[in-house]
Amino acid sequence: MMEQALGRCVATWCEGATGVINAARLSGGASQETWSFDIVHPGGNIGAILRRAPPGYGAAPSRAAGLDAEAILMQRAYDAGVPSPRVLHVLQPQDELGTGFIMARVEGETIPRKILRDAEFASARPILARQIGKVLAGIHGLDPAQLPELRRMTAAKEIDEFERDYRSFDWPRPVFELALRWLRDHDPGPSGEVTLVHGDFRHGNLIIGPDGVRAVLDWELAHLGDPMEDLGWICVNSWRFGEIDKPVGGFGTREELFAGYEAAGRRVDPDRVKFWEVMGTLRWGIMCCGMMQRFRLSPEHSIERAMIGRRSSETEIDLLRLLAPRERG
Amino acid sequence: MQDEPTPKELIKAVADFLRNDIAPLISGHNAFKLRVSINALDLVTRQLELEEGSDTAELARLSQLLGQQGSLGELNRMLADRIASGEADLQTPGLAEHLWQTTMDKLAVDQPNYASYKRELGSKGA
Repeated sequence: MMEQALGRCVATWCEGATGVINAARLSGGASQETWSFDIVHPGGNIGAILRRAPPGYGAAPSRAAGLDAEAILMQRAYDAGVPSPRVLHVLQPQDELGTGFIMARVEGETIPRKILRDAEFASARPILARQIGKVLAGIHGLDPAQLPELRRMTAAKEIDEFERDYRSFDWPRPVFELALRWLRDHDPGPSGEVTLVHGDFRHGNLIIGPDGVRAVLDWELAHLGDPMEDLGWICVNSWRFGEIDKPVGGFGTREELFAGYEAAGRRVDPDRVKFWEVMGTLRWGIMCCGMMQRFRLSPEHSIERAMIGRRSSETEIDLLRLLAPRERG
Repeated sequence: MQDEPTPKELIKAVADFLRNDIAPLISGHNAFKLRVSINALDLVTRQLELEEGSDTAELARLSQLLGQQGSLGELNRMLADRIASGEADLQTPGLAEHLWQTTMDKLAVDQPNYASYKRELGSKGA
């Protein structure tokens, strides 16, 4: 059924296409789905990905940029030379597939443990941190006039949102209180420069090949704000997957990241990056607590979500390592 | 008094059965979910083993730190409020040590393989 609907849709914009095969759902919750499929074409089959909210799931969560905005962002990124899948089609009402878009499938790996351990990526690991600096500089350099409508965020607004979420869980966490307090006391104020911020630039949202970054995915949390936010988020310990002495995604140093960013003509503010790393650590901790909430409230009763709930303590130890490091001896 | 075997022994037996006999037979997404489920049972086993001791010690530290008596939940709430209001901070004697010990005790149950935890266990004061 999905292949028929996709086939009808593809025929309207992909000249010569004769149908769709290998449609398989990859992931996603009830409100958002990702499908992989192949467009049958006399010139050779074309690998494609559908990202959509099915019919009936129009409204995105308040923090999400929305699928239409995501499609525009990916296209702008692609046009500017940022590694990104090419957007092939934005869904129209007559496609009867819901809202969303179809993009070219990019081959590569997103699973962190494979990227950090497998021999296949040994050539990529030493260059990734610097390359990511360049990619982020490209994202932050996108022309604001060409962007879709996005939320404008500041550190103060984000702290307010985290605090509201945390209080809604009604479960005391003295370490989170300490972090909230630290963030308020160290908020560097609105950024002098406001740019596009990807908002979720980390393992899982990057397609990596032996040659390095091939695509940046999942622009759902994109917004306008302090570009240093993205640099801080990729340094959060939760994305190092055990390689805790390599702050950038478990594969590189901050110095390499910063060098790649500055080589592309942009400036790094290391204090702001550190601030956003603390913010990001708390953010992931609160997201883990949110998973626990959803486990309790949703009928799916997912054991995976329940266990992610018990990972919030990981961010507590990381927050203490950042804010109250113990003396070594 | 309930009879033996204890909940800890029962859960450990179930986890071992799933790990050794069932996991090799399952593939795909269900294999992943089975692994997560076994991890959950292992977590419960660790909690049953460690919780009583760490809760007792945490309660004693909190009473000392706050100069109050109460349940673990009440005292944790009180500490959270004091940190939020600025009445207590990292300069407060005993606070940093308390947060460290409490967090280490949580990780011992939640995620003893977490790299930050293993690093801190190996360093002074653990």
